[in-house]
Amino acid sequence: MKRPVIGPWITIILGAIYFLVPLVATFEFSLRMKRGEYSFEAYRVVFGDPNFQASFTYSALIAVAAIIVGVLIVVPTAYIVQLKLPRLRPLVEFITLLPLVIPAIVLVFGYIRMYNSSSWIPLTNSARGTDFLLTCAYVTLALPYMYRAVDTGLRAIDIRTLTEAAQSLGSSWPRILFQVILPNVRVAVLSGAFLTFAIVIGEFTMASLLNRPAFGPYLQLVGANRAYEPAALAIIAFIITWACMGLIQLFGGGRRNDTRR
Amino acid sequence: MAASAAESARARPRPLSLTWLGVVPFMLFALMFLIIPATLLMIGAFQDPQGNFTLQNIANLNQPTIIKAYRTSIAISAASAFGGALIGFGIAYAVALGRVPRWIRPTMMTFSGVASNFAGVPLAFAFMATLGRTGLVTALLTSIFGFNIYRYGFNLLSFGGLTLTYLYFQIPLMILIMTPAIDGLKREWREASAILGATTWQYWRMVAFPILWPSLLGAFLLLFANAFGAIATAYALTGSSLNIITILLFAQIRGDVLHDPNLGYALALGMILITGLSNGAYIWLRSRSERWMR
Amino acid sequence: MAFLTLEKITKTFGNQTTIHGIDLAVERGEFVSFLGPSGCGKTTTLRMIAGFETPTSGTIKIDGKDVTDLRPNQRNIGMVFQAYALFPNMTVADNIAFGLKVAKKSSAEIAARVKEMLALIKLPDVGNRFPYQLSGGQQQRVALARALAIQPKILLLDEPLSALDAKIRIALRDEIRAVQRSLGITTIYVTHDQEEALSMSDRICVMNEGRIEQLGTPFEIYNNPKTRFVATFVGTLNVLNGTMVDTATGRIAIDGQEVVATRGANGASTGDSLAVALRPEALSIGETEPGRNGLKGVIEEVHFLGPVVRIRVRFGDNVVSLDTFNRPHSAPPVRGEPVNVHFGHEDLLVLDRPAI
Repeated sequence: MKRPVIGPWITIILGAIYFLVPLVATFEFSLRMKRGEYSFEAYRVVFGDPNFQASFTYSALIAVAAIIVGVLIVVPTAYIVQLKLPRLRPLVEFITLLPLVIPAIVLVFGYIRMYNSSSWIPLTNSARGTDFLLTCAYVTLALPYMYRAVDTGLRAIDIRTLTEAAQSLGSSWPRILFQVILPNVRVAVLSGAFLTFAIVIGEFTMASLLNRPAFGPYLQLVGANRAYEPAALAIIAFIITWACMGLIQLFGGGRRNDTRR
Repeated sequence: MAASAAESARARPRPLSLTWLGVVPFMLFALMFLIIPATLLMIGAFQDPQGNFTLQNIANLNQPTIIKAYRTSIAISAASAFGGALIGFGIAYAVALGRVPRWIRPTMMTFSGVASNFAGVPLAFAFMATLGRTGLVTALLTSIFGFNIYRYGFNLLSFGGLTLTYLYFQIPLMILIMTPAIDGLKREWREASAILGATTWQYWRMVAFPILWPSLLGAFLLLFANAFGAIATAYALTGSSLNIITILLFAQIRGDVLHDPNLGYALALGMILITGLSNGAYIWLRSRSERWMR
Repeated sequence: MAFLTLEKITKTFGNQTTIHGIDLAVERGEFVSFLGPSGCGKTTTLRMIAGFETPTSGTIKIDGKDVTDLRPNQRNIGMVFQAYALFPNMTVADNIAFGLKVAKKSSAEIAARVKEMLALIKLPDVGNRFPYQLSGGQQQRVALARALAIQPKILLLDEPLSALDAKIRIALRDEIRAVQRSLGITTIYVTHDQEEALSMSDRICVMNEGRIEQLGTPFEIYNNPKTRFVATFVGTLNVLNGTMVDTATGRIAIDGQEVVATRGANGASTGDSLAVALRPEALSIGETEPGRNGLKGVIEEVHFLGPVVRIRVRFGDNVVSLDTFNRPHSAPPVRGEPVNVHFGHEDLLVLDRPAI
């Protein structure tokens, strides 16, 4: 059964060209800020921009907060559903899929209606309140990925045996969760965390509509007013995404070694 | 003695209630940030400004701007989903069955993981630097072949340009979904069909394609919903010049451009319906193909 | 003229040769098993007959016609795979009909043939079910029906029972053989299970490291293994090292004790060191009766297995294992005891390759 190998090659090469050309072009463009020579001027300008620093720091902080809140909500739920309340599984899985069904712009529209200044819970009245709302919005966005990562991680270890072993040694429930279960799904939680970070760091719609000084709206603003800096920012954003995915693979690979041992 | 008996009586139901207590934060969160906000919008779609029930908002969707926005959104989503599905399937097939060197597969999968998450504003920048009026590829085509694509009707800030841009995350998403599905095709199926007299084409038409069909259609629907809800790339690329539904809704939330808040809710309801239907069909199709694959 | 012939078949993958010049002739209607350990080349040979692999050199003929370079879909061969390989998207009836549809048969003919096939495998009512709704044994019977529906010239079975439970395996074994007999179809059956090969085949082709070790009826293979490999792979056999003392009388020295083999020297000459084989069921303990061979040794290990007591006896560097029935009223053998093992002259097999 000989099959010609030429077709697959053409497909892959065309695909690779489509994927790589924008990256190369963007990188080349980002180096053209100084007339007549290639330089990292655009990067220097971007990194030197206080708005860049401020908005990136802000988004990173919100991302970390979203990761913490997400882990605190998802891990106990996934654990309990798997161990004690399997009949809740369809409901919980349905809920975690909802953020894929409801577009982010619709969700934030709902938040604005629900938490506006004249509502019962006027979160948008204060900056802190809106930060909290944005954090929760990002937890929602990342919920499908975080839940799936943790659920898969929990399936991979025998949580029932681990729990019973811990119980027989007299551990309390919170202790079991935080000292026995959490370390064992650390890898899964980290994957979920990096994915959350990758999704959240440049998020535009929610941050913009909630009027927070996040990285996404900053990117958009720079894009509307500058020529070369956006290209540099695109490269930076691509590297951040790549780093997050790379870290997931790195930890994922480590886990495979662990189970073999 | 009595005290300890009372204590154990109190203690006995505790494990169960504690179990339920563990899922309360999740449920509360889901109510506060998913279910109630979405429900409020849907209710709002059927209310007039005074809060009375009405179907007027739904009827009001029937105006040229809104219809056109839905149309454009559906067209771009369908085109990018179709193109992404077709090309993504081709690459997934080449990677999984194409007898290419071993290193290509993990490289392509890793890249797809990155590219499928590389969306939003930076993606728009990358395509502007590539195919914008001063983009590298535009400039190269003009200087080397004397072919200015903009003179021949290409415009990055248009239907075609946006579709081309969306393909950058649609194709990788398709690769990520379809490669495992193609892996699921057993070598024995191909061999069994060959030994029974079938040609390669008959094998694909009668066996492989019907087996992959639910995954393919499902992936198309997922890609469709993925593009339909996207806004950041389009907004960064075109500002508000392109009339797609997410940009219209964005403007409505920002500044009530429709001068009718409740019409905005109806707009959102329409979006939920469309993405909900295509996602629902995706989940149904996936469970079907999983049943076969056992 | 044989129905299926393989002539000097070799197969090389990269720079590794896995099949070293196989010659085989299978008669029409014959049931031949390829028996051997994994990696012995039996599956590769089967796949070359099917057309999934092309021989590096050599010729394959079916019914006098050279098929070496024909593609699988032009060979008219039926094949049953280890993992069923039913098409999951089709009902049982559609699976069986697949080869007929591809051959553009009329729908009336297809319907009749499917019904006939379902009756043949004794599953007349599963036509509308999907494969995932059937048990493993049922799926494999459907796979057999699908392979036979096209009325192939040859039926190939690639370890068809190895994914099934022991009980179903034995039942299906008999069923496959019965179907094969009733259709009189020439069949090649690949297995690593000697019991399967012995119970089902007209002839067994024992393979090892890409070569045919021995080809013969189950009776020949079991009772008269030609090589040390066949002797040890088929059945449990005690292999001992010895020296040929005299070819003419068949006297052989084992651990300094002489025994007599009356079944030939198998090519060994006087003074050669060689391997001899003894089936456990041929050995007894006690005084050597006249006209039999006897060997004195020491009991090394005693395993009490209930109805049977398994004893290992050592003669110098050689160890044999033998079973005796449990006798409740006499004391069992004891480790370290000297013992005499005896067996008939004709029970001693001289193997053709000296032990290493």
